[in-house]
Amino acid sequence: MTGRIRRRYAAERRFRWIGLGAILLSAGFLALLLFTMVSNGARGFTRTEVQLDIDFAKAALFLDPATVRASGAKAALAGSDLQGVVAKAAEARYGAQGARLFADTAWLEVLDAIESDPSVLTRTATLWLPASTGVDIAAKSDSDAEAERTYEGLRSGNAVRTRFNSGFLTSADATDPAAVGVWGAFKGSLLTMLVTIAIAFPIGVLSAIYLEEYAPRNRWTDLIEVSINNLAAVPSIIFGLLGLAVFLNVMHMPRSAPIVGGLTLALMTMPVIVIAGRNAIKSVPPSIRDAALGVGASRIQVVWHHVLPLALPGILTGTIIGMARALGETAPLLMIGMRAFIATPPGGIADPATVLPVQIFLWSDEVSRGFVEKTSAAIIVLLVFLLAMNGVAIYLRNKFERRW
Amino acid sequence: MTPLAILITILGLALLGWLSARARATAFAAPGGPRPHSLPGYHGWYVAIWAAVPALLFLLLWVPLTDRLVMDAVLGSPAAASLPPFEMQRNAILQETRELAQGLRQSSFYAEARELAPIYGSALARYRLIGTIAALFLAFAGGAFAYSRIGPAFRARTRVERLVMAALLLASLIAILTTLGIVLSLLFESLRFFSMVSPVEFLFGTTWSPQTAMRADQAGSSGAFGAIPLFWGTIFIGAIIAMVVAIPLGLMSAIYLTQYARPVVRRWMKPLLEMLAGIPTVVYGYFAALTVAPAIRDFGQTLGIPASSESALAAGLVMGIMIIPFVSSMADDSLTAVPQSMRDGSLAMGATTSETISKVLVPAALPGIVGGVLLAVSRAIGETMIVVMAAGLSANLTANPFASVTTVTTQIVQLLTGDQEFDSPKTLAAFALGLVLFIVTLLLNIVALRVVKKYREAYE
Repeated sequence: MTGRIRRRYAAERRFRWIGLGAILLSAGFLALLLFTMVSNGARGFTRTEVQLDIDFAKAALFLDPATVRASGAKAALAGSDLQGVVAKAAEARYGAQGARLFADTAWLEVLDAIESDPSVLTRTATLWLPASTGVDIAAKSDSDAEAERTYEGLRSGNAVRTRFNSGFLTSADATDPAAVGVWGAFKGSLLTMLVTIAIAFPIGVLSAIYLEEYAPRNRWTDLIEVSINNLAAVPSIIFGLLGLAVFLNVMHMPRSAPIVGGLTLALMTMPVIVIAGRNAIKSVPPSIRDAALGVGASRIQVVWHHVLPLALPGILTGTIIGMARALGETAPLLMIGMRAFIATPPGGIADPATVLPVQIFLWSDEVSRGFVEKTSAAIIVLLVFLLAMNGVAIYLRNKFERRW
Repeated sequence: MTPLAILITILGLALLGWLSARARATAFAAPGGPRPHSLPGYHGWYVAIWAAVPALLFLLLWVPLTDRLVMDAVLGSPAAASLPPFEMQRNAILQETRELAQGLRQSSFYAEARELAPIYGSALARYRLIGTIAALFLAFAGGAFAYSRIGPAFRARTRVERLVMAALLLASLIAILTTLGIVLSLLFESLRFFSMVSPVEFLFGTTWSPQTAMRADQAGSSGAFGAIPLFWGTIFIGAIIAMVVAIPLGLMSAIYLTQYARPVVRRWMKPLLEMLAGIPTVVYGYFAALTVAPAIRDFGQTLGIPASSESALAAGLVMGIMIIPFVSSMADDSLTAVPQSMRDGSLAMGATTSETISKVLVPAALPGIVGGVLLAVSRAIGETMIVVMAAGLSANLTANPFASVTTVTTQIVQLLTGDQEFDSPKTLAAFALGLVLFIVTLLLNIVALRVVKKYREAYE
């Protein structure tokens, strides 16, 4: 008897430990995922810089500071070969292979340096320029023996340093991993979300009001409800197929533009907003409606003056959560062609653009090792935004939620 | 004017109408006079709606039409006769013309574009002028008509409210339209596909190689559209491997959180688990491709199994992790919904907590749990990015988790990205696959909801 009880208690303890283990394992996966991204991605926010002395006086640019001040560095230097100047200076200091230490875009920084202080044109300036991808990888992690040797050589001469890479947050896609940035994709995401919310929010809220407050009980209403519940469960890639077939092939809208992406995501987000909106409207007690009707309000006035303001925090919470989902969505946007290589940030909703998750997907496909940390860094940017949006949603819920 | 400027002008006119109509209505609501039917604000809205809505509708139709009319004008001009007939170059020239005419670029690569740009510019200016005049006329006419109708006895509120109701109804019809759009576009393209490839071959064939011949005389790639390997790969990753991971972990997590955990732990762990569902799938895909897949390949090699670096196991494992919160939150709901009296009864008979859970609570909550699992499966088979990034492209019919399999969603992405002609069976096959996916997820959802609903009724 006691033996049996002991066995049963042991089974009880075992069961409990398995349950705890399941939770810890799940949380552990989350931690591992975040840890992998952060440890890979943190390096994506920094860049390696190599020191370079450029003697502008000897560089044969044939410019004096006054011209630059007068017309701006970009116009004044438009015809001159800054790339060659950088290459020559690098070879002078680091030997025949010197030019390969620097990123292809290094001359742009020289341009900036001249722009900010034209007087450098008359003297020798010591500049820190972005290193090439090879040196960058060697500085941040293991690389092949030759690159490591080069890096060691630079380090012993104190000619290399690591700094925050502000270009990552301000520039767009590029072919060279040392020069890529997320701003272009981020702006594309922003424009797409703008279109999405402009369409999904009004339609979603109006449908929720109709279904919850006015819809008569009949076949039509049932059909609408069934459609909305089904749309909420349809795989996102199907919306991509819809966007491709209807918006691109029938309506001939521009490919890979935020307006098409926004429309597609709006159709996907709308059911989420409708469902959240209906729950929020449902939770407003009927006594409020009865009181308003009792003092002579019309049925429309009851909703617009009383029910909607009270339900708005709940609707907004649902909207933000739906938008967060849309922001992380990739598959439907691949279908409508938002996977092109776009090197300039989009100017409007009809320009070709890409969005953050698609940019992550594109970079993850790149062969060059320099893209690994950039991909993870872009993931960090995306996750920070999602976290912020969800944080706002939780804050709204806690601040405005009313228990009736 | 540009469409945006017209839009702003129309909205400005509507605001003007609102203000003036409200002022007029306020005037005839002055004391001593007859009591007006509606509040001044409703008169304002009535005029504003009449000013804005017809003009905006016109603008919505006119803007896409302008583009086509301008293009017709450009192509109809004598200078356009020299355009090359070849599609791609022609489009490039027209695109450049457009940018030149709108001042988006200064220099041009094609000489034709330089010639056509002024024609484009003048046509654009002409049609824009027509559009502007028509839109503003509509706004004025609508506003003036409405303004002339308002008066103390005018039932502005009834009319505005009727319009609001119409807007509400229209908004809710969008959902039906979307569903209809999905069904029709999938069906239409699938039918075109099935006119080229027989449905029997598609549904029951076992070879999948959608590469069709580029030229008629090319040998080798005739294109085979037997989708069984894709269906198997989808089921293998989404319904078998992912569920082997997600069901035990999700169920045990839900049991621990509802039955054992202290409220503090529950309050913190539940949102933490739900975070797993909030992470974008592209992140999971990258995690699977970067970390999990190489680990599994190495693991397979130490076991002596030749493992692909794009194994089904890697994709399925990560997908399982993503699905955990779906299983656990449904299980959580149904476990908490089991009446307390059943638990108390079992405990009073001397059963331990774990015996109560496995013999009483889980059987009672089973329909809810099964419903949750079905929803999770439907979610998993529709999942795209993880399999695109971590599963392979080779259509294998294999039950070896270390081998590479491909899925329906992977192939849809594969078939529809890159250069495509819209009539080849290769592109249309993607829509047929989409149709199958849509039907299967729909059925899974209907069954799941029915199971859950039936169970809820049993205890309420």
